[in-house]
Amino acid sequence: MKNGRDPVIVGLADAPIEDGKFVTKASVLGHAALVAKAAVEEAGLTLDDVDGLLTAGMWGVPGPGQLATVTLGEYLNIMPTYVDGTNIGGSAFEAHVAHAAMALREGYCEVALIVYSSDQKSLRSRNLGGRPSVLSMQHETPYGMPTPVGGYAMAAQRHMHEYGTTSENLAEIAVATRKWAQLNPAATRRDPLTVDDVLSSTMISEPLHLLDCCLVTDGAGAIVMTTAERARDLKTKPVAVKGYGEAHTHWAIGEMPDLARLLPAQKAGETAMKMAGVSHSDIDVVEVYDSFTVTVLLTLEALGFCKIGEGGDFVSGQRTAPGGAFPMNTNGGGLSALHPGMYGMFLLIEASRQLRGVCGDRQVAGAETALVHGTGGTLSSGATVILQKD
Amino acid sequence: MSTEKPLPVIDHDSAPYWEAAHEGRLDIPLCGDCGKHHFYPRAICPHCHSDNLKFDTVSGRGEVHTFTIARRPAGPAFADDVPYVVALIELEEGPRMMSRIQTDDPESVRIGAKVEVTFVKATDEITFPYFRMT
Repeated sequence: MKNGRDPVIVGLADAPIEDGKFVTKASVLGHAALVAKAAVEEAGLTLDDVDGLLTAGMWGVPGPGQLATVTLGEYLNIMPTYVDGTNIGGSAFEAHVAHAAMALREGYCEVALIVYSSDQKSLRSRNLGGRPSVLSMQHETPYGMPTPVGGYAMAAQRHMHEYGTTSENLAEIAVATRKWAQLNPAATRRDPLTVDDVLSSTMISEPLHLLDCCLVTDGAGAIVMTTAERARDLKTKPVAVKGYGEAHTHWAIGEMPDLARLLPAQKAGETAMKMAGVSHSDIDVVEVYDSFTVTVLLTLEALGFCKIGEGGDFVSGQRTAPGGAFPMNTNGGGLSALHPGMYGMFLLIEASRQLRGVCGDRQVAGAETALVHGTGGTLSSGATVILQKD
Repeated sequence: MSTEKPLPVIDHDSAPYWEAAHEGRLDIPLCGDCGKHHFYPRAICPHCHSDNLKFDTVSGRGEVHTFTIARRPAGPAFADDVPYVVALIELEEGPRMMSRIQTDDPESVRIGAKVEVTFVKATDEITFPYFRMT
């Protein structure tokens, strides 16, 4: 049943990057502000209309980034009356959509702005050096655990052991994703890629090769949400938020309940699909977090697109590539388009653009329903959003 | 960037565990109510949430639950160690813990391999429980 306060997405923006770096000269907060402004203006709104502010990031810690919504609100010179700084890793923005949807339904805000920005590539701030050796990490960091890739490698190793999944299966995902990137002028890596290229790339943390890993880039993105009623007067065609779910299980990889099974995705996916009243066959396009190839495999299984253990078969034969039966990560993903640390924002932007039908060469014909799933931490958290063309 | 290896920042939950390791014992919490061990040490049992816990010396035997061979180090501090094997060990008593597998042949490590604890002194205060295949 339709309701005037049903949550919809009405504004989208992302910052241009070249060779993985911001083109515009601005601070990390400057890029957040520029995409925020672009996203609200696209909808025919202004930043002064924003009363809900949601953000998560890795900038300014220790320091002003510890109170990220407060610092961003100050930079934008707005006074939000609903904020959410939920940070569950790269899936935070899928959770933000859920939280903003609830706040909009409740009448707790009218215009919600979700923002992310990172200049990690320009700053060269990303490293494998690991997490400070305190609390649970005192039992992992001192052993030289490569973070986060080592945790994903351990999950991949376990999946291979239990189900016979191969490195070739994982490479299929990287290759299919690259083919989508080749259709996206904004993607960072667009050169051809083969399964052999992936398998012969540098081994980082066995069994994961360099080309099983996402890119390290800058990036900024923003999403504006409001109610269906308010959207009627705005400039863009709204995308409806039909369902959402979230869950998390662990931070230390040693605490992951089952290394070959992604329980948060299973829980979040079930919740979101039930709320939206959709089944797997209703989904036209899938955008799932691809921090590593194995992340995708575990996610597709946990979301129920195939049985647990059958992910390797499911992605084989370039099933997820352009023209394949299962259009997935259509912008080229974190593996080939961009990955500015917390990538979940860009899954949402791409899914919304697919539903708007503005994706040019990579447009999935007739896309009406999209599933977005973010994964954060070290396979720690999952959040699913079901979006529909209004 | 520092090339000193990171050491655990010991807290009240973990102090008895690290003290025992320094004395050559693997001591982990045992719940007086549900009878299960857990790791890492906490102030309440993660299985039944009881606070009736004591440290118990365990066998130090287990098997490799999963592992990775680090070909690229976790920062410059570990550069001289590559390739090295970081593993999750499933102890006979149930809990899993992260450690290193001490081996000259990283390629020989397999999931399910039987292992036992060996203690490697890092500093005058810290000794790490590593594992080797049996």
